[in-house]
Amino acid sequence: MSDKTIKKVLLLGSGALKIGEAGEFDYSGSQALKAMKEEGIETILINPNIATVQTSDGFADHIYFLPVTPFFVEKVIEKERPDGILLAFGGQTALNCGVALYESGVLEKYNVRVLGTPVRAIMDTEDRELFVRKLDEIGVKTIKSEAVSNVDDALRAARELGYPVIVRAAYALGGLGSGFCDNEEELVALTEKALSFSPQVLVEKSLKGWKEVEYEVVRDRFDNCITVCNMENFDPLGIHTGESIVVAPSQTLSNEDYHYLRKLAIKIIRHVGIVGECNVQYAFDPQSMDYRVIEVNARLSRSSALASKATGYPLAFVAAKLGLGYGLFDLKNSVTKETSAFFEPALDYIVVKIPRWDLGKFHGVRKEIGSSMKSVGEVMAIGRTFEEAIQKGLRMIGQGMHGFVGNRELKINDIDHALSEPTDKRIFVIAKAMKSGYTVDKIHELTKIDKWFLYKLQHLIDTEAELEAFDEIEKVPAPLLRTAKEQGFSDFQIARAVLDNFGGSAEMANKRVRQYRKSLGIVPVVKQIDTLAAEYPAQTNYLYLTYNGSENDVHYLHDHRSIVVLGSGAYRIGSSVEFDWCSVNALMTVKKEGWRSVMINYNPETVSTDYDMCDRLYFDELTFERVMDILDLEQPHGAILSVGGQIPNNLATRLDDEGVNILGTTARSIDNAEDRHKFSAMLDNLGIDQPRWRELTSFDDIREFIDEVGFPVLVRPSYVLSGAAMNVCSNDDELERFLRLAANVSKQHPVVVTEFIQNAKEIEMDAVAANGEIKAYAISEHIEFAGVHSGDATIQFPPQKLYVETMRRIKKISAQIAKALNITGPFNIQYLAKNNDIKVIECNLRASRSFPFVSKVLKINFIDLATKAMLGLNIEKPEKNAFDLDYVGIKASQFSFSRLQGADPVLGVDMSSTGEVGCIGVDTSEAIMKSMLSVGYRVPKKGILLSTGSARQKTDMLDAAHQLHNKGYVLYATGGTHQFLADNGIPAIRVYWPSQPEMQPQALQMLHDKEIDLVVNIPKNLSTTELSNGYKIRRAAIDLNIPLLTNARLASAFIRAFTTLSLNDIEIKPWDEY
Amino acid sequence: MRETRRATLILEDGTTFEGKSFGYEASTSGEVVFNTAMTGYPESLTDPSYEGQILVTTYPILGNYGVPPRREKDDVSEFYESDHIHAKAIIAQDYSWEHSHWQADRSLSQWLCEEKIPGIYGIDTRALTKHLREKGSMLGKIIIEGCEDVDFYNPNLENLVGKTSCKEVEIHGDGEKTVVLVDCGTKHNIIRCLTRRGVKVVRVPWDYDFTQIPYDGLFISNGPGNPDMAEATVANIRKAFEIGKPICGICMGNQLLAKAAGAKTYKLKYGHRSHNQPVRRVGTETCYVTSQNHGYAVDSSTLDKDWEPLFINMNDGTNEGIRHKSKPYFSAQFHPEASSGPKDTEFLFDEFIALL
Repeated sequence: MSDKTIKKVLLLGSGALKIGEAGEFDYSGSQALKAMKEEGIETILINPNIATVQTSDGFADHIYFLPVTPFFVEKVIEKERPDGILLAFGGQTALNCGVALYESGVLEKYNVRVLGTPVRAIMDTEDRELFVRKLDEIGVKTIKSEAVSNVDDALRAARELGYPVIVRAAYALGGLGSGFCDNEEELVALTEKALSFSPQVLVEKSLKGWKEVEYEVVRDRFDNCITVCNMENFDPLGIHTGESIVVAPSQTLSNEDYHYLRKLAIKIIRHVGIVGECNVQYAFDPQSMDYRVIEVNARLSRSSALASKATGYPLAFVAAKLGLGYGLFDLKNSVTKETSAFFEPALDYIVVKIPRWDLGKFHGVRKEIGSSMKSVGEVMAIGRTFEEAIQKGLRMIGQGMHGFVGNRELKINDIDHALSEPTDKRIFVIAKAMKSGYTVDKIHELTKIDKWFLYKLQHLIDTEAELEAFDEIEKVPAPLLRTAKEQGFSDFQIARAVLDNFGGSAEMANKRVRQYRKSLGIVPVVKQIDTLAAEYPAQTNYLYLTYNGSENDVHYLHDHRSIVVLGSGAYRIGSSVEFDWCSVNALMTVKKEGWRSVMINYNPETVSTDYDMCDRLYFDELTFERVMDILDLEQPHGAILSVGGQIPNNLATRLDDEGVNILGTTARSIDNAEDRHKFSAMLDNLGIDQPRWRELTSFDDIREFIDEVGFPVLVRPSYVLSGAAMNVCSNDDELERFLRLAANVSKQHPVVVTEFIQNAKEIEMDAVAANGEIKAYAISEHIEFAGVHSGDATIQFPPQKLYVETMRRIKKISAQIAKALNITGPFNIQYLAKNNDIKVIECNLRASRSFPFVSKVLKINFIDLATKAMLGLNIEKPEKNAFDLDYVGIKASQFSFSRLQGADPVLGVDMSSTGEVGCIGVDTSEAIMKSMLSVGYRVPKKGILLSTGSARQKTDMLDAAHQLHNKGYVLYATGGTHQFLADNGIPAIRVYWPSQPEMQPQALQMLHDKEIDLVVNIPKNLSTTELSNGYKIRRAAIDLNIPLLTNARLASAFIRAFTTLSLNDIEIKPWDEY
Repeated sequence: MRETRRATLILEDGTTFEGKSFGYEASTSGEVVFNTAMTGYPESLTDPSYEGQILVTTYPILGNYGVPPRREKDDVSEFYESDHIHAKAIIAQDYSWEHSHWQADRSLSQWLCEEKIPGIYGIDTRALTKHLREKGSMLGKIIIEGCEDVDFYNPNLENLVGKTSCKEVEIHGDGEKTVVLVDCGTKHNIIRCLTRRGVKVVRVPWDYDFTQIPYDGLFISNGPGNPDMAEATVANIRKAFEIGKPICGICMGNQLLAKAAGAKTYKLKYGHRSHNQPVRRVGTETCYVTSQNHGYAVDSSTLDKDWEPLFINMNDGTNEGIRHKSKPYFSAQFHPEASSGPKDTEFLFDEFIALL
């Protein structure tokens, strides 16, 4: 039934991971590519996100690591001449780019057909006014809003609708620039901001407190429609669906409600003319059947990825096939392989999605959650009771919580306020309120969360109280213990409830619970997700564990032929798609080498949790308890802990204690590298240098140590009261303030103080070793000096500016460490280098963030090698090395500050980027251009604002300032910088800080007036005073969507690139041609 | 922890499942069947097609939105599918003791107690469903702790159509055209779907000789059990063929129409009971997601040459409806009236009305 004239297809990816657009698009793009491949269609992919699975060998035929912008996409189209283009698989980025190409006539010019939903239909759903009109045609109610393009019209519209109103930017990702306004003042501020992202802003009446329900709908070109899944938000309307806890299927809708909304969804998708997949979001009155359609996403979305994982229905795969002209009746259900893909999954479990926030990583960010998205990742928990699923999920988010109860007590001054003005801690505030005696009714009144959810949460509080009545684990009666496990209590939670202070040791207490419950036969069972609630047998092993059942769905052979790979959990700052790539590659090698591949992971945005990537997928927790449950059932040959980031790594010692066969580097070695004291002692023994550090317990000791090493120092408290976990202190004052206000120094809470070496280079060593011998390695250098977190730094590979001597010494030291720790598998060492003086900063005996980057640039798959090494296979040293490459790779970081209202967009020792790209070029400048454009920078056209920090940084930036001036840019500069430029013969216009409001012109005003389209603002150091000085400028740049650079070395590199290279000079070359 | 009585499900092959009681505390027995719908327990429980059956819901959490009030509107139940619960018992993994919905006026547990129907939870319904899938639907009994044992009971040996049908002729709605609805255990939504379209519905008992009264169209309802038990209805349908007025049937109605046309029916291994059965209109590229609840099916290969399949099931290829090649007679094995389930095929009522 498909269209056989389509031979070559271009797929647009979504670029770097950012808040609102994350790993889900790697998953959907990968599925679409698989679908094309199955049809024998040649595929071209544009995606600069080098850490993704879709940009790996075997997914697309040709991969371009280029920005997903109309300019570059047109160039690729011109070169490749595809027959068709897929716009629905790369999030809003791809969709917006596709619409632009359509409108500018590029698609028509090159005769490229849009597969699936027509662009006209996309535009009808994206433009609010068109959308409302379109749905009015069929009498479907939308949230009445008025599209305005200036602040005055916004004020008038709000007066007509009545406050509170919500403001949204049209064509924006995940509610960017959106928010609620209770009065005119708030409206003016928000409208101004939203208008900077989008020419059109919508003002609409707020329906706070209504339920929020979504349907995922599929339609083929024969007008056959299905709704694959519906989902209900735990949090009522007013909280962005990406910020909300979500359950699937809906729990509080009656049959009449469910099918009323389902029918509407189908009516809408037919009228709009979607071919493929779309998502319909509703606001639903909790007291009647009144509804409003919030929006329709005419593309794969975060929700569709979630729905795919929640049901086992491969939405993206099917949508891609429908785009080729297939009917749903042509396709098979990929789980049963027997029944039709035209059906609606029946679930026999409940799924709970919980967002993961990392707001603690940012200075100044507002913790309230609302109509725009701030979360950086999510987890999906599966259970057969709501209680079980939500408790699993709250552990999975990995922020030190053990479930709904059994956590460290939250300090909350005003519970009522905390309930009605939700923050990232909202669910735990509910626990606190319940314990403080708040009734379900009262909490409902304050939160508008449906009482059904609250009753269920109340059960958990009740069960905990029942457990607390006992003082010995073994005295807890079996029925109560079983009930607790059915409600998702972990052994830890039970131990904490029963014992005072765990009877001394938490670990021992956990073991006691485990032993006791096993003796009572209280163990979890494994269930399959099969799309049809057991009506037909499933041919796939998509699994979860539950205590609500008596029988396993899997028949275990216990032949020790499986290898269990532990995944990386929720995406968060510091751990994201790169570890998914590592996990997927490890699984592929395991399988290729003839073992049964088994995955444990719980992140719905990943490819590793696609049930066709491995032989058995356990969509479940990565806690010690759950991993042991699975290993007890699987009895594998061994487990791989080194490809999923820090979560699996942290389990090494405890799993080793239980006799688990950890493949590769031993748990003992891992501990020796992770434990600061042991590692340091080892380096001393080997005669390897490291920055001086000490663990200290009093102020006096700290001062004494600083007398020895001098300021600045890096301070890492073990107990943090608020704010960032580490800080650089440049003087006594700052040290005092940080340690007194934000942290705590005592015998119980020691502080690690490390000398901070300024103007040093930071170098990464990514390598694979077998039995202590390095088999493959990649050395890369940071563009920025040390002090910018390695996850935020711009990284160049192969290095272009390192001394050969430095490289040789790094290689030698790495070999010594590999030998000393007898490493087998992947590892990463970070170095500082200053004048060939090499110091080790840290060592991780696992794959690092840069593994996919170096693997793809070097075209040697480090994870494949590492996995083989861990399987005990002989691996040859690859012939090729970095010196052979006649091109350069640059990995640049993506920041999401625009999403994080109030956050200071400055880089420091704590990581704050949410994603990255990696681009390849003939030299540093070309690679830097591609990668910076890929993370959202634009080549300025008009003016540039410079305030370039300390004398040293000003000097560093001088060349760049000359280049800008020579290129004809108008330069604006603040006081000191202005003087410095004048002294060096560079003309600039002086502008004033917000702290001098009487002076003109004001820097802020210039930004608002759009006179400036690049801001270089470099703080002298990371002290609070210095930071607060430029904060308003930096924040305004972010809020007004003006590119901002805060690092002198990166700014220089970027300026050099765009002043010496024009866009048209950039080579359009796929990865396979390098 | 809530104190509840133990409840044991014993299947005729000896398999037992231990659970807890949340409904009326008395032992019971019937045919154990599973339904994979995720919503609609008030509709299912009152659906006469579940007469004599113990209903297993594969969706694990039950009772979330309580039960809507017992209220009549235009002489039929407003929210239910008949005036009482027909299922013998209901089984789920987890029961929601607290419910939340603006329309609910009591909990499922309260309702079951009022109607003396047992409900049990805490049973591995997935394991139970797989068992039924592998072995086929089978008889079972529920023994509540402290209550007397009961015998197995096979509802298919009884004339359930006769048991659930109305006993007297009833008139519903008003309109120029008259539709005779043969009540084989009809769901109220069939009546609602017809009267909403402006016709007068004359609802007659299953064995009533409706050919004696004037009508513009004949509708044969859904109903429970084995179609072989409703020979009287089949005989009347044959007479209706002589009259030649439009005929439509649903579920049992499809089976009886097929039998009248000379075809045979057979019992499916475990039936179709769900909201997600895919059917295709024969000879077209048009497919529908349908609501189904049947244990028997029409054997298409035994259809007379004047008849042809109208719909087929896309999962297992079974018959989902038939039509006469030249006369205005057609029927669907699924439930276009839904309630519960998707409403995608409600247009069949329009097609029927258009024929009158």
